[in-house]
Amino acid sequence: MSELKGIYALWYRESKVFLREKSRIISSIINPLLWFFIIGGGLGSAVSFGNINYQTFIYPGILVQTALFSSVFFGVYIVWDKKIDFMKEVLVAPMKRTSIFVGKILGGSTDTLIQIFILLLIGFIFILTGIMTEINFTIFTILISIALLFITTVSLVSIGLILGSQMESPEGFQLIISFLIFPMFFLSGALFPIDNLPSWLEPFILFNPVTYAVDGIRGTMLGISRFSLILDFLVICIFAIVMVLLGTYSFRKMKI
Amino acid sequence: MAMNIIEIKNLTKKFNHLTAVDNINLKIKEGEIFGLLGPNGAGKTTTLLMLTTLIKPTSGTAIINNFDILKQSGNVRKSIGIVFQDPSSDEILTGYENLKLHGWLYNMPDDLKEQRIKEVLNLVDLYDRKDDLVKKYSGGMRRRLEIARGLMHHPKVLFLDEPTLGLDPQSREYIWEYIEELIRKENMTIILTTHYMDEADRLCDRLAIIDHGKIVVLGSPRKLKKDLGGDIIRLQAKKINKGNLEDLPYVKEINKCYGGLCLTVINANKHLQEILSITGKINSVEIRSPTMDDVFLHYTGRDMRASSPEGGWAQKAMTASVRR
Repeated sequence: MSELKGIYALWYRESKVFLREKSRIISSIINPLLWFFIIGGGLGSAVSFGNINYQTFIYPGILVQTALFSSVFFGVYIVWDKKIDFMKEVLVAPMKRTSIFVGKILGGSTDTLIQIFILLLIGFIFILTGIMTEINFTIFTILISIALLFITTVSLVSIGLILGSQMESPEGFQLIISFLIFPMFFLSGALFPIDNLPSWLEPFILFNPVTYAVDGIRGTMLGISRFSLILDFLVICIFAIVMVLLGTYSFRKMKI
Repeated sequence: MAMNIIEIKNLTKKFNHLTAVDNINLKIKEGEIFGLLGPNGAGKTTTLLMLTTLIKPTSGTAIINNFDILKQSGNVRKSIGIVFQDPSSDEILTGYENLKLHGWLYNMPDDLKEQRIKEVLNLVDLYDRKDDLVKKYSGGMRRRLEIARGLMHHPKVLFLDEPTLGLDPQSREYIWEYIEELIRKENMTIILTTHYMDEADRLCDRLAIIDHGKIVVLGSPRKLKKDLGGDIIRLQAKKINKGNLEDLPYVKEINKCYGGLCLTVINANKHLQEILSITGKINSVEIRSPTMDDVFLHYTGRDMRASSPEGGWAQKAMTASVRR
């Protein structure tokens, strides 16, 4: 398999660069913590779900939020590679475009999963210090959550790469935040339960694949869910397959 | 007789209504340093991108190392190396790591990869700096690293897109020496595009001047200069009276050039007095043999020295460093 080395090369580059840019890792951890403490703490003084406090309730949502922001942005960053000629250096190598796409997905997923691991570790500290209670943090629930997050990450990196492969300048970043990332986050039920929604809002939430990732993790860790875990897995797997296929296609068609 | 390593056949590229490359035919011999010259937007880079399989021609094709760029693009890519106009190394990686990536992308066996990395780093004098991040490199060092990288897999043809754009004179001199050494050592064929006429004159065995997507002239620098047939008289003044200069039998050509007029004149020494009597008072006169700048001016009607190269390598390198 001659393509494997090339895929490895792309993965190596992404993870090396990620680990070297300490500021990126720190900011990617600070942001979710702000949500957890400020939104979680502020609203938490008024809202709770049975014996589960609000901060604990949004913790699964914040894991998914981290995956969402970091993955989509990772993908869109190839605009920088295109702006200098690094992208051409990769495209001119005797490698299939599909392999380049796979290498990018693996690189992006690694970056995101490193952040997720740190947040899981912080979650563990929250449990030990009593900030989070009534949360089921076992090896089994963590593995299920990581699996859900990994599949979600793959599809979200693909979305980023699809957008990045079509964009020519970084000026479109703001649009992507406003019209894609924030709506996907707010409409995912990361911050509120999705059982009794206003009827105008419900279709948007049900249509958003990220909802199912949040639902799956929250169901596993907190026992609060609207759908079965099987359905959650099914939806995000289909989402991932569609996005990977679309991404492969858009990479083949990518102009430089 | 050396074989043709590249044969370009009716190569054409249209972007909507703009014909960037217009039916180019060209044969390049193995071991040649071949230059593609032209003003901004003449189609040099587009031609290079087609030859390196990064964009598809609208029509026509090219054969590189016996492989067709359309039908055997994988084999073409294995046969070529390319140093792009803009920075193409990752500056958050070290020089060594950038080369290692390249070795993997080209599926080189590990021991061969390590051996070649050492070899090319020594060639461009960067071995001592191999473990420094590329962002610590100067512009010239980064260029040398990228040239080294382009050579790592021993390509049959090396494409250099503006190899010394934006570099200081000393770095340019270094890079020329490396290129010349390469040809001696590796018997590689080099295709380079450049804005610098002195660079073309010094390095190229043959060159083609491209304008509006077409080859306007092809030949060795020496022949092209000789073909102008005469000396160049350069006149500088605020206002120059052209009078009936054009009608004089020994004046072959009159062009506006940097800061005044350039005349191509047969036996310039003999006729200078008469010319000056027509033009009136001027600030300075220079008589010299034709340079590639004059050749360029003759065929494109544009003065290369007055036009600035596109992009700005240094500026792009800066942009690249503020990402993320």
